[in-house]
Amino acid sequence: MYKKNNSLLVYCIFYFLFLYIPVFLLPIFSFNDSFHMVFPLKGFTFDWYIEMWNKARLHKALWNSIKVGVITAIISTFIALFAAKAFTRYRVKYSGLSYGALLLPFIIPEIIIAVAFIVIWTSMGLKLGLIPITISHILYCTPFCLLILISRMDGFDKSLEEASMDLGENIFGTFWRVTFPLLLPGIIASLLLSFVISFDEFILAFFLSSSDQTLPIYMWSQLRFPKKLPHVLALGAIIIVATSFIVMLSYWFRNLGQSNNNRGSHI
Amino acid sequence: MVNNDFIKLRNISKKFDDVIAVDSLDLDISEGEFFSLLGPSGCGKTTLLRILAGFEYPTTGSVFIDNSDVTNQTPNLRPSNMVFQNYAIFPHINVQRNIEFGLRKEKLSREELNLRVKESLKMVQLEGYEERFSNQLSGGQRQRVALARALVKRPKVLLLDEPLGALDKKLREEMQIELRNLQKELGITFIFVTHDQEEAMTMSDRVAVMNEGKILQISPPKELYNKPVNKFVSEFIGNINLLETSIIDENDKNLTLDILNIGKQDFNKNIFNSKLSENIFVALRPEDISIKKEKIETADINIKGIVKNVSFYGESTYFYVKVEGINKLLMVSNFVDQVSINENDECSLGINLENIKLVS
Repeated sequence: MYKKNNSLLVYCIFYFLFLYIPVFLLPIFSFNDSFHMVFPLKGFTFDWYIEMWNKARLHKALWNSIKVGVITAIISTFIALFAAKAFTRYRVKYSGLSYGALLLPFIIPEIIIAVAFIVIWTSMGLKLGLIPITISHILYCTPFCLLILISRMDGFDKSLEEASMDLGENIFGTFWRVTFPLLLPGIIASLLLSFVISFDEFILAFFLSSSDQTLPIYMWSQLRFPKKLPHVLALGAIIIVATSFIVMLSYWFRNLGQSNNNRGSHI
Repeated sequence: MVNNDFIKLRNISKKFDDVIAVDSLDLDISEGEFFSLLGPSGCGKTTLLRILAGFEYPTTGSVFIDNSDVTNQTPNLRPSNMVFQNYAIFPHINVQRNIEFGLRKEKLSREELNLRVKESLKMVQLEGYEERFSNQLSGGQRQRVALARALVKRPKVLLLDEPLGALDKKLREEMQIELRNLQKELGITFIFVTHDQEEAMTMSDRVAVMNEGKILQISPPKELYNKPVNKFVSEFIGNINLLETSIIDENDKNLTLDILNIGKQDFNKNIFNSKLSENIFVALRPEDISIKKEKIETADINIKGIVKNVSFYGESTYFYVKVEGINKLLMVSNFVDQVSINENDECSLGINLENIKLVS
């Protein structure tokens, strides 16, 4: 038996306060009846939420973000699915190198990707807008999807696919009847997570957007006007709640149906 | 008329990078035979089974099943089905769906499907488990589901990859008898991979002992035990004492050997199963040596020794005896515990010449 260490508990509490106080200030001020983000709080109000509801440009930005997010999620999950299958099932030549190359967008600063992308895109004479944003988001999200799907694929036994082949299914039948249903929680987790990453992404969207704004770019553009700050806070509060929910959902899906000893062994 | 080359392997080799897993091997297996591939891990037995199933393609050679060349056929097209070592029960569907998984192509009606599933579950004595999922089954039950799932396809050949390895001893022994009975009843050719010599011996019509990618001997279990072709087989099957010896004289019929501590002896060449070579060993099964406190009058050869260890196994007792001039302790077994010999007692060991095997 060892003594319960209270100093560790205190450390944990401070750690979480440090992380989350700024985040929780946002929702608090979004109900505050004032243009300024200062204490003491004034009256309680829903005005900012109502104001937000009536902004047409915000609606357009939200719709843009959803479009980009959904397409990014589907395509990067799709790409990652095949890559994960290759890395876990086949003996790939230079697998270490290609694995590293696929995870590289993780490490390269986003701003570098953004600059490189904008140079290439414009030098090809193409127009900025939602399409280059989506492409760059796919590049950026694929490593996340790959990590999720590889861990899911490692967790399931190769002989299940062999059993299916042995029982008369060809590779497509095997994928559809065995691999896909077993990977489904991982696929859903990957879709949700890449959607959230794309939805929140700022730097790439900032460089590559033209008149078509995504939601983070819209928020950024509104910050210049003090009068418009409160409704951005309201929007931010909603985004915090929604994305936390989606991330938790994705985590839950990722561990669905995996044995207990695998649970939580990877982040 | 039994088809002796129902399964035919010709010049099969399999290389993984630089490792030779299976080395230019020929093998014929009869229709309706219970055939075991036995060997230590890494001997190539599982690779050979996977070549038969179609999960691996041989580097050289051809595979024939029932007179058709299946060498380049994918597993889904072959008339064989496999029971996997870890059973590979699909975890996302229940037992019923698992078993009917392979029947999709047969386009049966729901009633026919149910009937087939019921039939095969009855075969493995698992009726009433249709709705269960893999995680609600014990190891033994999963094994039965895997068996039912393969048998429901009515394969020409059933391939079994160490299917009993994960079961406890008691269950394993029960399953051995059940598998054997099932095989006799159905008349399907079973090819069974195992590293457990007891398992192979109790179930099989014939056993192939493999090592380093080659088949060393193919024999019925009794012959394997009584006439091992070489030192490896003799050691791998059952317990055996190997004594070093050297050839002193040789003529057409007889060999004269100098056996340590036993002296010169003449042997008929007929009993020699291996090819002649320099390193000949005298091989004695533990039960071929008798043990008493006093000299054994009926034995051809008597040796004195000191008992170092006594192990009681219930139906038999093993004595480990130190004999001067022999490095290893001799293993001697006695099926009825009639001799009251204790550790550190002096004893007499009796050997009859007819029981001596020679291997190299």
